[in-house]
Amino acid sequence: MDLLSPRRLIAAGVVLAVLLVLPLVLPPFETLQVSYGLIFGIAALGFNLLLGYTGLLSFGHSAFFGTGAYAAAFLVKYWGIRSMEAFVVVGVLTALLVAAVFGAVCVRYTRIFFGILALALSQVLWSLALKLFWVTGGTDGLRVPTPTLLGGIVTDALGASVDKTAFLAHRYYYYVLAVFVISTAVMWVIVHSPFGKALQAIRDNEVRAEFVGVQVRRYRYVAFLVSGAFTGLAGALWVPLNGLTTPDVLYWPFSGRIVFMAVLGGFRTFWGPVVGAFAYNYLEVWAVGSTVYWQLVLGLILVTLVLAMPTGLVGTANQLFARLRRGAGR
Amino acid sequence: MSLLEIRNVTKTFGANTAVNDVSMTIQAGEFLGLIGSNGAGKTTLVNLISGFFPADHGALVFDGLDITRQSINERIRVGIARSFQLVNLFDHLTVLDNVALTIFARQGKTRHLWTLSDRDAAVRDEARAVLRQFGLEANAGMLAGGISQGERKLLDVAVAYALRPKLLFLDEPTSGVSTREKAPIMDIITGVVRAEGITAVVIEHDMDIVFRYSDRIVAMHQGAILASGSPEEIRRNEQVAMTLLGTHAEPAG
Repeated sequence: MDLLSPRRLIAAGVVLAVLLVLPLVLPPFETLQVSYGLIFGIAALGFNLLLGYTGLLSFGHSAFFGTGAYAAAFLVKYWGIRSMEAFVVVGVLTALLVAAVFGAVCVRYTRIFFGILALALSQVLWSLALKLFWVTGGTDGLRVPTPTLLGGIVTDALGASVDKTAFLAHRYYYYVLAVFVISTAVMWVIVHSPFGKALQAIRDNEVRAEFVGVQVRRYRYVAFLVSGAFTGLAGALWVPLNGLTTPDVLYWPFSGRIVFMAVLGGFRTFWGPVVGAFAYNYLEVWAVGSTVYWQLVLGLILVTLVLAMPTGLVGTANQLFARLRRGAGR
Repeated sequence: MSLLEIRNVTKTFGANTAVNDVSMTIQAGEFLGLIGSNGAGKTTLVNLISGFFPADHGALVFDGLDITRQSINERIRVGIARSFQLVNLFDHLTVLDNVALTIFARQGKTRHLWTLSDRDAAVRDEARAVLRQFGLEANAGMLAGGISQGERKLLDVAVAYALRPKLLFLDEPTSGVSTREKAPIMDIITGVVRAEGITAVVIEHDMDIVFRYSDRIVAMHQGAILASGSPEEIRRNEQVAMTLLGTHAEPAG
């Protein structure tokens, strides 16, 4: 099947159209949840370049998300910069720097050793954020005010009268959506490029990959950098939406959350992690709003979903779709 | 003309000397059969030449170039490729992509992040041509994990062949397939190899196959070379008959 078949383009167009209309019909709170979904979607896509395409399970992606978030917060705290573009650029570059250092250590290993090493390194950043409170604010975290978008054109046109929620649920939502569309397009091209094929070859059989001339460690390293940059980008987008960054986004349960999003949606598919990010975010919001025992409820639901659908939401949907089509063809 | 010179190569694993001071020459254009019982050191020798692990002692000279210390990738670049005893494929990629990836790697295109691999018509056409040579064109769109064992053995060789090597090692290309399938597989492989003038070394346990297809046979025993010669000479060699053919049936014909 052609990669850019009309049916796929139409499906993508419909989803995009729905996403464009949502803020006009949804109450602001719901729109914010979609923004969170899009942002976590970018993080999970980045994460899945390693898990789904390179066969490396990282338990340390909070490091990149947190780095992106704190980089933006430092821009505000130390330089008084409120430009969203600066948040994005500096957030991505700083996450890239962290990935360059962590990756140099991690890509020498695979399987559980890789995962645990990534986790250990991410915990170093978490403890720094916790202990260096005069820099990072410790557990209080750092506040990040409403940013200016596109050099102030968008925000200033509205004047100071626009309240924060309205800004986040409209202008900022569209900003996030645009970044989401660009980053998914970029990631889509990467996984379908010859480089992406080489990563999949490494995932399937690293010995053979080496013997057809793919320098496995070097390719893993580049994948690690790209993955870190995407997750860092998500962190930079997230922090104005949340208004605050705390060491929680550097802590290992946050890495686990990203892992869960990818697995829940289906890490064997391109869109699985994005769908998983939306599903996880909604489930969490619903569980938190429904019961004080939300962790228990959320955990039970997630475990049940993963056991019932080992290929994830998207993988299961694909299987059902294929079965229906076969049934119809008979 | 010699393509590869193996000079006094030794490899030990703990107390076990897998390859013991082996010297031999592989001539350009020949189809060489490498025989020996399990543990004779055949696969270890191929692993040493292909760069899977380094030799403890000795030197390897390929096409006038000392490759003893070169990496796997450097050896691929000078023209050494191999297939594997236990099929080693990219099971979640299609049959076509298994070959296409090899071509991308050969051309240095796996560094490209910004092009769509399916849009590279030249690579796809070449990959299809390779599949056609190996009789696998009908399977192009299937996942490599989903084709029959005989087809997988052929694809394993096709992937190595797509590197356009000068020297191709075939580690048991017909192991694990039924007796009936062995000759057709070897016919395809030798057909391609001879047509392209590739030097090939085949490790094989089936003596009928080795004696039928090889120009020259080298017999190994306990890490050393026992004998080398034409199939007829090897068949008549008493030492080989005693140490090797005792464990195998006398070849027919």
